[in-house]
Amino acid sequence: MSETNEEVKSEKKSQQTGELYVSPSPHLSDPATTRRLMLDVIIALMPTFIAALIFFRANAIRLVVICLVSCLITEYVFNKIRKKPNSLTDFSAVVTALILAFTLPPNLPGFAAAIGSVVAIAIGKMIFGGLGHNIFNPAMVGRAFLMAAFPVLMTTWIAPADIHHNDISSGKSQADKVAAVSQATPLAMLKPGKPGRKMPNAFDLFIGKTSGSLGETSVLALLIGAIYLLARKTIDISIPFGMLGAAVLFGGIAYLAAPGKFANPMFHLGAGGLIFGAFFIATDLVTTPLSVKGRWIFGAGCGILTMVIRQFGTYPEGVMFSVLMMNGLAPLISRWTTPTPLGGHARG
Amino acid sequence: MIAEKIKASLTGKKVFERGVHPDDFKSASSEVPISVITPPDHILIPLQQHIGAPAQPIVKVRDEVEIGTKIAEPGGFVSAAIYSSVKGKVAAATTTLVASGQRVAAMPINVDHSADGQMETLLREYLSVDDNARDVEQIEPDEIVNAVADAGIVGMGGATFPTHVKLKVKPDTHIDTFILNGCECEPFLTADDRLMREGSQAVVRGFALAMRAVNAKRGIIAIEDNKPQAIEAMRQTSAQFANMEVVVCMTKYPMGGERQLIWTTLRRAVPTGGLPLDVGVIVMNVGTSAALANAVDRKRPLTHRIVTVTGAVKQSGNFFVPIGTPISYLIEQAGGLREDAAEVIMGGPMMGVSMPDLTVPAIKGTSGITVLSKSQVKAREEASCIRCGRCVDHCPLHLMPTKIAHAVKFRDIELAQHYDMTACIECGCCSYVCPAGIPLVQYIKSGKAMFMRMKKFNN
Ligand code: SF4
Ligand code: SF4
Repeated sequence: MSETNEEVKSEKKSQQTGELYVSPSPHLSDPATTRRLMLDVIIALMPTFIAALIFFRANAIRLVVICLVSCLITEYVFNKIRKKPNSLTDFSAVVTALILAFTLPPNLPGFAAAIGSVVAIAIGKMIFGGLGHNIFNPAMVGRAFLMAAFPVLMTTWIAPADIHHNDISSGKSQADKVAAVSQATPLAMLKPGKPGRKMPNAFDLFIGKTSGSLGETSVLALLIGAIYLLARKTIDISIPFGMLGAAVLFGGIAYLAAPGKFANPMFHLGAGGLIFGAFFIATDLVTTPLSVKGRWIFGAGCGILTMVIRQFGTYPEGVMFSVLMMNGLAPLISRWTTPTPLGGHARG
Repeated sequence: MIAEKIKASLTGKKVFERGVHPDDFKSASSEVPISVITPPDHILIPLQQHIGAPAQPIVKVRDEVEIGTKIAEPGGFVSAAIYSSVKGKVAAATTTLVASGQRVAAMPINVDHSADGQMETLLREYLSVDDNARDVEQIEPDEIVNAVADAGIVGMGGATFPTHVKLKVKPDTHIDTFILNGCECEPFLTADDRLMREGSQAVVRGFALAMRAVNAKRGIIAIEDNKPQAIEAMRQTSAQFANMEVVVCMTKYPMGGERQLIWTTLRRAVPTGGLPLDVGVIVMNVGTSAALANAVDRKRPLTHRIVTVTGAVKQSGNFFVPIGTPISYLIEQAGGLREDAAEVIMGGPMMGVSMPDLTVPAIKGTSGITVLSKSQVKAREEASCIRCGRCVDHCPLHLMPTKIAHAVKFRDIELAQHYDMTACIECGCCSYVCPAGIPLVQYIKSGKAMFMRMKKFNN
């Protein structure tokens, strides 16, 4: 590369001269490294993992393990092929694996989960040049591929384990029992032509005792993780609040305009992947705008698109498509929202 | 950010947007009173301790000098005279590294210890107002500016811009507000804090004189809220002047940056590429203010200053130091380096420069020596930018550091300038927060250097 880079590098390289260390200023740094940010997301996803274990039992472990192993192997192989340094230790592949797993139907066959993982890492991230260079959220790229390749598998849902009447003494494994009952997701029940079974009540929606993707059902678990992320300043409120706010607003207007046709916006908030998407998917650092203002716009765009898809589209769920679409717009939004320097002139 | 605004409106404290909150580490030295040191056997006085032309030496080898003997004349209007800080004999001229990283001409002096006893008196004077001081109104602005120029005073907060140049405002420039900067926002440093606590008399006197020099109607003394005793002392002392007020700012880095301070206290934005003068404001550091009082009332040149020596040393403290004292000697005065000492920084950890060699002397702009321990020194590998926007969120100038650094990387200076590269104040907030460990300020500094070269070339 250019001479400049060499200049900067040689100045940057902290060196030991005699006994003293010499480095460029600033000499202190924020403890939040890329790796710690990723670890924070992983920690924040743990309550959701526990909820998934409770409601979907062995399926939760099965999908998470398959996604983890395939994501990590894919990244490892890609680095080897392109002779790049090992990047597994930044833990971003783990985050991608967990997020992908948590957005899959619990009974998705393992081979499909593995294919999704490979696509997520390979096409979603590595061919762009690795972490930081990708345009689209890798997990969503993997999921979108699965939606296109296995539309039926990706929309077959099972009922959650019944935690109230848990028959531990019975010899049959819980997973078998669970798999036996198929059930539409609450959002799908809204769509015409899907005969509604009994709609889940608000409490079940909140704790997550409904059918749906592995990690999207328990609002309670998601919020615990979300609070952790906000408290650690790993994410800021712009994207999630922008997204949820815009979704509720949009849904509210639709509901008030035609209450019979559209569901209560609060139902939309609790059902499906909105909360999961708002705090864990849309907040991906790499694929969102650089400035706070840009991130509010990004979040609001995700919220509105999600509701448009949910209410007017054929798919019951819209989080994935809305995030991918907004990812594509993120560089433009960044550009439009270039901050004006303090005392300087606004320029796009 | 919202929480901060609410807190600010509830407490009446002032704050600016963005910036960072590093741990302040100030308690190690904040309760240690200022003490004099015995001058070392040899000192080394650089002839360029300021922004502008180097000073021209006027003494020769083997000349005898006293404390306060002028040893170099200013090399132009934007320059500053230099005085001997010790009694002794001039040795053969040499060179030394200074905090800016430049190597400059320097004058070594072999110290005659017979004048060591004067140190206590000098410190006492530095912290107090002369008994025979005249009323501020009786002193003409020109007299103040000339006294400041004669004394060789430069910005002592680290900027080292010659103070008489700052105070010599053109007749058509209207200065309505003078801000006295007691923020000391760099972690670790406590020299200004101690000075305000122990020498509020001298600081306020100097401030009144400075305001008189530029005919400013309003004086703001800005102090961060992590220095309650300094706030109290300055409030009490400044009460005698109706046109001065103490403004309490929230503790945030870089509160002490001129532009941040003016925005925080007055909500005026200094135009990009402009000066505080453009919005009718002058900012001066509290250390400069004390030196100014001494210069006007006692005709004492700037020969000594207060230096915090802290961090991984055995006995952190605040010392009254002859200018030209090597930092190795200052570290000895602080009990020596601790076992785990790893990096010695001239100044604070955010903007200070790490020193490869401890023979470097403390100069007019040296507010502290910060020694970082092994656990604080982290060699960070530069990873790729994850576009998290943290640098953008925290740049106090509202720039896009990642974009500028990226442009510089590809030597596209025009693009870097499109993002207002030269507005950067090199505060280091962007590098501080970058999770990928990218030395953003380094890139920006080298980009600025390229820009200067280009400009020279085009002229
Ligand atoms: S770009 Fe310059 S002004 Fe902005 S944070 Fe970085 S160093 Fe500070
Ligand atoms: S803080 Fe670092 S990683 Fe984040 S956008 Fe800025 S340069 Fe990139």
